[in-house]
Amino acid sequence: MAGLEVRGLTKNFGGLVVSEDIDFDLRPGDRKALIGPNGAGKSTFANLVTGILEPSSGTIHFDGRDIGRLGEARRVKLGIAKTFQVTTLFPKLTVRENLRLPVLERENRGFRMLRRADGDPKVEAEVEALMAQFDLSKLADRQVANLAYGQQRLVELALTLALKPRVLILDEPAAGVPSGETHLITDAIANLPANLAVLVIEHDMDLVFKVAQSIVVLVQGRILTEGTPREIAADAKVRELYLGGGHG
Amino acid sequence: MGLFLNIVVDGVAYGMILFMIAVGLSVTMGLMRVVNLAHGGFAMIGGALAHVFGTQMGLGFGLTLLLALAGTIAIALPLERVIYRRVYGFGELQQVLATIGLTFLMIATVNWWLGSTLLAVAMPEILNQSVDLGFRTLPAHRIAVIGLGLSVTLGLWILIDRTRFGVRLRAAVDNRAIASAHGINTDRIYMITFGLGAGLAALGGIMGAELLPIDAYYPLRYMVLFLIVVAVGGMGSILGSFLAAIGLGLLETATRYLVPDLSTITFFALVIALLAMRPQGLLGRE
Amino acid sequence: MRNLIAPLALILLGVALFFLFPYNLAFATRIVIMVILVLSLDLVLGYAGIPTLGQGAMYGAGAYAAGLFAIHIWADPFAGLIAGALAGAILALISGFVLMRASGLTLIMLTIAVASICHEIANRARGVTGGADGLRGIRMDPVFGIFEFDFIGVTGYWYTFGVAALVFAFLVILVRSPFGLGLRGIHESPDRMMAIGAPVYWRRLAAYVVGGAIAGIAGALTAQISQLVSLETFAFALSAEAMIMLILGGMGRLYGAAIGTVVFMWVHHTAAANDPFNWLFVIGAMVLAVVFFLPSGLISLPAAVTRLIKGGRNGGA
Repeated sequence: MAGLEVRGLTKNFGGLVVSEDIDFDLRPGDRKALIGPNGAGKSTFANLVTGILEPSSGTIHFDGRDIGRLGEARRVKLGIAKTFQVTTLFPKLTVRENLRLPVLERENRGFRMLRRADGDPKVEAEVEALMAQFDLSKLADRQVANLAYGQQRLVELALTLALKPRVLILDEPAAGVPSGETHLITDAIANLPANLAVLVIEHDMDLVFKVAQSIVVLVQGRILTEGTPREIAADAKVRELYLGGGHG
Repeated sequence: MGLFLNIVVDGVAYGMILFMIAVGLSVTMGLMRVVNLAHGGFAMIGGALAHVFGTQMGLGFGLTLLLALAGTIAIALPLERVIYRRVYGFGELQQVLATIGLTFLMIATVNWWLGSTLLAVAMPEILNQSVDLGFRTLPAHRIAVIGLGLSVTLGLWILIDRTRFGVRLRAAVDNRAIASAHGINTDRIYMITFGLGAGLAALGGIMGAELLPIDAYYPLRYMVLFLIVVAVGGMGSILGSFLAAIGLGLLETATRYLVPDLSTITFFALVIALLAMRPQGLLGRE
Repeated sequence: MRNLIAPLALILLGVALFFLFPYNLAFATRIVIMVILVLSLDLVLGYAGIPTLGQGAMYGAGAYAAGLFAIHIWADPFAGLIAGALAGAILALISGFVLMRASGLTLIMLTIAVASICHEIANRARGVTGGADGLRGIRMDPVFGIFEFDFIGVTGYWYTFGVAALVFAFLVILVRSPFGLGLRGIHESPDRMMAIGAPVYWRRLAAYVVGGAIAGIAGALTAQISQLVSLETFAFALSAEAMIMLILGGMGRLYGAAIGTVVFMWVHHTAAANDPFNWLFVIGAMVLAVVFFLPSGLISLPAAVTRLIKGGRNGGA
């Protein structure tokens, strides 16, 4: 079966259960969002899927293949990519270099020692196209550290897409981005390739309702409910969680 | 049986010395996140001062010890204020370099002042004797070192576990930012901790001069040894340092008795194997 | 055209060294050998971001391997270099399997420990290495079968300089390659490198092995030129000094490594000649000055001075 299939996924740290018996599917073309209060285990779930953490029990299949025990790098090669909650880039490299690296890695050229990194016109053309797509061409030779945070977010998105993933997990893509710049992020997500499977983990409800076709609500490591944005907005339990729960 | 007892007594005594010298290093590394390669220098300064007061000026041992400890702390505190306070904010590599530079300056100073020869530290007569336990005699020095080490451990435990200072210190080790936010004066905690660590190193240096002889190159020669105690014990863990110091003291002594030709190699190989399995040390956190 | 200025300047520096120390070519040669060692450290530390105080381990392994190879197997200089490079690479590979799992302080300490073990092995294996007396009796064949190693050290200097130029050229290519870019990536953010699917552990291990091979070449040159290998090749001081030279020049830049080494060796030479006992004062003060006032090294000095003149006071610590 195409896409991501998670069954009975559980993770505990010592006695603390942070993910409990999660069933979850993500098909090509899906636009799903994962929401929930702080400490609900959203990032843990993302880390389990990408291989940063190892599950205590349960299975993860990708295109029918069991990937639950594969390392992070192997899963990236299979096509599962994520952006970090806090922008994680190569701050002292230029935008161009930041995008060149994932393209080279994807093409398995990372161990080549005797050719120039910028010597392959095909790689360079791809990097240029990515920069154009995210409106970064003017910043190509600037160090990433010197960009505005919203722009850095775009670089991270472009860098992740450079891997040509089939599953993309965006961990709070708008976190830390000034409200004036969030539209950059929403637009970029709206323009992602149609057949890509996208999971957005987010606090910002506006963004979630703009981009997601389907929303999964996670509370204390368990799935509370799943539905369309309209259903979730009308759900009494979710309303209580977000409006009555004090902090959200 | 006799050999076994020798290894245990020598090993534990050696471990106590390592603990006294290294515990300050472990706490400052855990607290200030500073890689202080110059820490062994404080043990040397203590030993050098004890040499000057005791051997050269002929003062009594008690007074010598007191003056040497006070002198070391009097050197350490300004260093903390002027040099280390700036080093805390540096990257790991800059810390390594800065403290290597400081180590070189310490070596050069002692070398210039007292020369590069061995600096004998006179022990009081009573410690040079043997103690008859009935079934065996043991050197009094070893017993005194073990007793002293246990008292230091107990004292530290009371200080850390039972006093307000200890509560604050532990809070600062756990999370510097939160401790500051709760109105704990971390600057003062750093200074007191640093001074205490330097003083203990000096105490260890003086009492251990028989096992780790004092000369100008002391800080470089034993740098790895002290770092190993911290790494094996786990940075910032006092109990970890204690266990590591005693364990390593026993290990080194045992290998020296049992496989004298291969002792250093065996020692390092076992330490590397341990750290390969537990990179964060015995009681260190991930 | 601009791309040629820096390499030409470096070659000129090499020629200048030859004429600056006509009566002390041994010293000029030692500088060039140290440049190679520091370059290897720059790859490992400056580019790949692996903090190590044990680069001397591979240097010493290369020296002993080249010395033993010349004595027992074949006295050809280039074959000896290969033996040295292999020894350095193999030691880096074996120790790297463990070392590359560690990080931070533990890693620094383990690198020191590896060098200490090598020191101890060389000391104990007296029958093979000569122990504390050093490995003696190394006699090299002529370079290319033509140029005899002479007493003044002319052949030795140009031979060393040629090898250094080749190593430098290799590194220039390496750091611009996909592998080199990946190392900078790992240095900047290992998490991000993992997240783009790069095998970070193996990449760092590869960098450590290549750096080890180059350090081995530097060691081999020492053995061949001085016809002696001493235990000092494994000493902590050598590894520490190499790191100081690198930071002094500016790490992550190959030219910085070269400049730092030349300046350090020259200051060392002058200070030690004036007052051999208090050399450590000079080096200690120098290190602290660099760390506090010139964290990016001498290579950033022009920019720092410009900033100081233009922008008034906002540099320094």
